[in-house]
Amino acid sequence: MVDMSNILTLTQKELNDARRNRWFLLYTLAFAGLTLALAWLALSGIGAGGLAGFGRTGASLINLVLLIVPLMGLTLGALSLAGEREQGTLLYLLTQPIAQSELLLGKYLGLALAMLVTIVLGFGLSGLLIAWQGGSTQSGDFLALVLMAFALALASLSLGFLISAASRKSATAVGLALFLWLLLVFFGDLGLMGTAIVLRLDIGRLFTLALINPLQIFKMAAILVIRGNLEVLGPAGVYAVRTYGDKLLPMLLALLTVWTVLPLALAYWIFRKKGAL
Amino acid sequence: MIEVRDLTKRFGKVTAVDNISFDIGTGESVALWGKNGAGKTTALRCLLGVVPYEGLVRLGDFDTSRQGKAARRMLGFVPQEISFHDSLSVEETLYFYSRLKKTTAYAEHAVALLEQLGLVAHVQKKVGDLSGGMKQRLALVIALMADPPVIILDEPTANLDVTAREGFLALLMTLKQEGKTLVFSSHRLEEVAALADRVLVIESGQLIADCKPAELGDYTESLTMLKLHFSNDEWVLPALETLSGHGYSVSKNGTGIWVQVVPLEKAKPISLLASAGIPVDDFQID
Repeated sequence: MVDMSNILTLTQKELNDARRNRWFLLYTLAFAGLTLALAWLALSGIGAGGLAGFGRTGASLINLVLLIVPLMGLTLGALSLAGEREQGTLLYLLTQPIAQSELLLGKYLGLALAMLVTIVLGFGLSGLLIAWQGGSTQSGDFLALVLMAFALALASLSLGFLISAASRKSATAVGLALFLWLLLVFFGDLGLMGTAIVLRLDIGRLFTLALINPLQIFKMAAILVIRGNLEVLGPAGVYAVRTYGDKLLPMLLALLTVWTVLPLALAYWIFRKKGAL
Repeated sequence: MIEVRDLTKRFGKVTAVDNISFDIGTGESVALWGKNGAGKTTALRCLLGVVPYEGLVRLGDFDTSRQGKAARRMLGFVPQEISFHDSLSVEETLYFYSRLKKTTAYAEHAVALLEQLGLVAHVQKKVGDLSGGMKQRLALVIALMADPPVIILDEPTANLDVTAREGFLALLMTLKQEGKTLVFSSHRLEEVAALADRVLVIESGQLIADCKPAELGDYTESLTMLKLHFSNDEWVLPALETLSGHGYSVSKNGTGIWVQVVPLEKAKPISLLASAGIPVDDFQID
């Protein structure tokens, strides 16, 4: 039986640790700074806020989220268990009357909340800037983008935890996380296009291949929310909307949920097999 | 209180604990004795249920592999290498672990222990700023704060100087007299003689004897333990590599290392390290 008070204790500790973690502070500052800069540039480009304000800035922010959020989630997740294992604190924690599931969930929730603060701060600052410039008519879409960015953060964090559970050393875990990040970013666009050309994939298969990558899933869902269609993604985007219609967005969000739950479940399984060592 | 049957722990092809069985009654004090690498620490970790193993380990009514959390409510653990979260203060650390143990850091006996172990003056300090001996004492306070019936200690006086060691042993004797069940690993004869009712002699992962402390001499080789101290952490790893390369049995211990030596060749490890350019600040003989 999972003890929620143990999870709460561990979550609070993880949040406090994130507050003291200079890498986390660096990510937060970088994300906040870049979102603010992008928002200012987008607004400068159109001269005023209004109907295009949130939408245009949101589109710019999608690309920023695609780079920063998975990097943050993967590396923070990778350090979570491997770092404590290396320091010896994991073994000592597990000698307390807590379950491994409670430890994993407590650390995951703590880091997830810390990432939520970063995302809300970043988007919040740019949102305030846009509202100040006079535009808030697509604020619902902007909020949806924030929530989807958080969903991507959760998926990235889960993948990071999977790497961490399987790694003895934090350097190995972070190295693997960075490699995975490059792989996911590369196979976002260039890799997919290249693969499609080499293997002569039809549109349907190209779209299915894109669904293997959580970054692509987020990108499609985010663009669909802001623009209402995926024409900007080319024939694969048009195919997706025509094939799945109204079911497309729920399907994408469900897939992102699978990318969150499955790696975390695997991480727990590996953690149980390896124990504290 | 503790039942162990056919306990085996493998790390790949290496069998660290090989099919050992024993029982420990309530209020007994039992020492696990053996050389470095014999399997004592691994056996303790199996008792704690923090590593997967084959066989059966029961703590009271609980199987530690399936009911590890409930089993660990019955015990307190003091590890050999103390690893706390260095950025937390002593007070924050006590508070954190008291929440996990479902007790209060401000319980009367916990406060009394803090006073007895000389930690009250250090409660606001960061744990990372404490000496090895103080961390060990803090670990003991945490182990005892929920007043568990069983205390498990891995080389409990390894990081302590002579004076602190005597005080720590006296405290463990008090716990034993109070009826606590003690299970500890040690390679110090005087510690085992003072504290243990029984000794489980472990060699290469196997239980080769279950005897009284007075009978331990039949199972020990005449080896001496030499502890070498270095001025800097960065000498520890090169020293370990140099000595193990010359066939010595070595293990890390805080900012020092333990070396098993033949009694008539106690200076040889120091000489080898000096030749390798590794300065030894101090040494003690056990």
